[in-house]
Amino acid sequence: MSKLPLEGIRVLEMTVVWAGPYCTSFLADLGAEVIRVESLASFAPITRGVRAHPTEAMLQSQPLFMGGYPNRQPGERPWNRCPVFNVHARNKLSMTLDLSQPAGMEIFKDLVKVSDVFVENNVVDRMDQLGIDYAMLKELKEDIVMLRMPAYGTSGPYREFRALGVHIEGVIGHTLLRGYTDMDPSCNTPVYMADAVGGSHGAFAVLAALHHRRRTGKGQYIELGQAENATPMMGQFFMDYTMNGRIAATMGNRHPTALQGCYRCKGDEGKGDEGKGDDRWVCITIENDEEWRSFSEAMGRPDWSGDPRFAHGLGRLEHHDEIDARISRWTEQMDNFEVMRVLQAAGVAAGPVMDQRDAYNDPHLRERGMFQEASQEDTGVHLYPRAPYTMSETPPDIRRGPVRLGEDNEYVYKNVLGYSDARYAELEAEGHISMDYPDHLE
Amino acid sequence: MMAEGALSHVRVLDFTTQVAGPYCTKLLADYGADVIKVERPETGDTARGMGPFPEDIPHLEKSGLFLHLNTNKRSVTLDLKSKAGQKIARELASNADLVVESFRPGVMDRFGLGFGSLQASNPRLVMTSISNFGRTGPYRDYKSSDIMVYSMGGEMHSTGLEDREPVKLGANVVLYQAGSVAAVGSAGALFLSQDDGPGQHVDVSIMETQTGSVDRRMSALVAYQYTGELSIRVPFGASGYPIGIYPCADGYLEVTGGLNYLPRAVRTLGDPPELLEPRWYTPESQTDPELKDEFEAHFLSWTLERTKAEAWRAAQESGLLSAPLNNMEDLANDQHFIGRGAFAQFDHPVAGSLKYLGRPFVMSESPWEVRRPTPLLGQHNGEVLGELGYAAEDLVRLRAQGII
Repeated sequence: MSKLPLEGIRVLEMTVVWAGPYCTSFLADLGAEVIRVESLASFAPITRGVRAHPTEAMLQSQPLFMGGYPNRQPGERPWNRCPVFNVHARNKLSMTLDLSQPAGMEIFKDLVKVSDVFVENNVVDRMDQLGIDYAMLKELKEDIVMLRMPAYGTSGPYREFRALGVHIEGVIGHTLLRGYTDMDPSCNTPVYMADAVGGSHGAFAVLAALHHRRRTGKGQYIELGQAENATPMMGQFFMDYTMNGRIAATMGNRHPTALQGCYRCKGDEGKGDEGKGDDRWVCITIENDEEWRSFSEAMGRPDWSGDPRFAHGLGRLEHHDEIDARISRWTEQMDNFEVMRVLQAAGVAAGPVMDQRDAYNDPHLRERGMFQEASQEDTGVHLYPRAPYTMSETPPDIRRGPVRLGEDNEYVYKNVLGYSDARYAELEAEGHISMDYPDHLE
Repeated sequence: MMAEGALSHVRVLDFTTQVAGPYCTKLLADYGADVIKVERPETGDTARGMGPFPEDIPHLEKSGLFLHLNTNKRSVTLDLKSKAGQKIARELASNADLVVESFRPGVMDRFGLGFGSLQASNPRLVMTSISNFGRTGPYRDYKSSDIMVYSMGGEMHSTGLEDREPVKLGANVVLYQAGSVAAVGSAGALFLSQDDGPGQHVDVSIMETQTGSVDRRMSALVAYQYTGELSIRVPFGASGYPIGIYPCADGYLEVTGGLNYLPRAVRTLGDPPELLEPRWYTPESQTDPELKDEFEAHFLSWTLERTKAEAWRAAQESGLLSAPLNNMEDLANDQHFIGRGAFAQFDHPVAGSLKYLGRPFVMSESPWEVRRPTPLLGQHNGEVLGELGYAAEDLVRLRAQGII
């Protein structure tokens, strides 16, 4: 097998929450040596968990994706057990230091001297306080690539504004473009698409800069304001405003030209603890007259399907509610995977709403190796989703499970930085090197 | 002299249509790559037929979606069902570093343009295939749509309200995300092939870009491994306070102010003495529904007296995580984004001068720029085929035969 694309590239990261760590997970999957630089002086919320030392009650009250530590127990080292962190921590290394001590910054600077890339996505004033900026890094390493991913960039009136992905969704206009059409936007579920594209755009940005560096020898500064970064996803809505002054609103599950919906299917209650009750759904999209005819055939041609009002696209959109009610009466009698098989065989787009169990049991995802086993001392052996694409020669597999806090201290201090055993012991005594956050941190 | 784009040494042959593929190649083109977009004669990329259009009048050169997604590319038309069209496509591919395509799996092979045959004459070639379900597996040939990608791959299961149907995201956002993932895989594979490494085939399954998405899905999957629990549909603010979307005088403010952040929310309200009482700060207070109601009454009377912009600014002054719910008008006229140059304005020979969404990120040495506007259908036939050595009379013949 070939070497991995980014083998030999060393990436330092001081990232928090989702967008930054997701960005570097792409680089780690591609073979870069990604080192998390983690300060023991503070605990960044929603990064390695809700809090450094969450109570069991707190984990019980959190949404699953946040509070779903193994068995909802904090365990001995809770910071190694949070799903929000462990999903993107594959293939990475972790070292600790104490950035509140001057020696902590010296260690960081030594690391910069031997690295190729630095990535961070903190609030702007955090980096200001630490005195970290591109000029400082460049002084230490002439050709370094620096990627900063603050919410709104390092200039302009929102420079120091704080945001999570969910707030960025609001500012760029996505929140008002989704949700039920008959309900107030305050009923919307928080979603984090901005974090997801922040991660992939950030990784693409670093790759582009590395291409450029290889050709010119120059590093550079990349600024990815997470809000700006997510605006391209608003393409057609933004263009409709600039072309026509039109302000789009949510369409719920509907489509501008196709017949489309999410329909209830037969529940599977009573099948033991594998049952999922009646929360079973299928999505269907019918784009044209030919698909409508195939759909009617597949349903067994109910008497209403030949109704001339429904024969053409505009008529179907006009009578969407009525058709939806009739489709539901059919799907409610069926298993949602069965609806998919029947309709797909007829050439109609249909697919179930998959919960987690469906995903792990899905024959398609299984055959494609979407889930890979990885182990980690504080959580055990589990299946994790791999990178969201594959490659024929250098597959971006999970080569190492989610990294534990400070797991690679010895390697980083002694091998990467070349510090002596004596210096290592000294720094350990000074509180830089540990696999535990201090007890006083919440 | 204008600085070169980061990928100006990369030649891309682009067979993609609609959203995901074109967004991938837009990222490559906007950061410098020479992207030749191959379109079907007469009708072109199907996105040319999708709106929005100025005044809602359909026109192949005025689709807002197409104009947005195809900046900096050159357009050639080729009938890939014809032998002559396939031959030209192979000639173009032999000069390319990267081929990106979004046909259904197997179609490129039928055109004689499969990875194996293109690689035979160009060993370092990278090909990125973007499809709904990937190039293998039992769903390979299934039809899909924006909503289905989110329902089968993403976290639609937990988006919406518990007693209602799950609800999808805004139109096409999952496809943009897939396009950006494809750009990562492409740039990664190129980094290796251009360093004397092998070429390879990158397989992007749009469904998997959601299964592997940090928008809750990966975390929900891993949390299920850890606990055996399934995610449920809950609105913003189901627990704690103030968390959620609150009405203002002219719209809505989104706030995440519970737990550790409660003091910031109280500061935003001007630290009223009744909200500084210890009862608000006990370990149980955030899960007490009566306290939540009482607190939110204070909070609502504050938000309702302010516009969403005023409330946002005041909240941020206290460090409170928050955001207004903007619409496209708010976004397009926002002074912060305008001041930072987040939008682009450029002229197009048919659509005229329009305001566009600009760069996702700023590079100091190799900037994003619009070097050429979105191409007209077949605009670069002469130029691109000329580079291959075709003469003017060849183009006349090929056009007459319907091949270009």
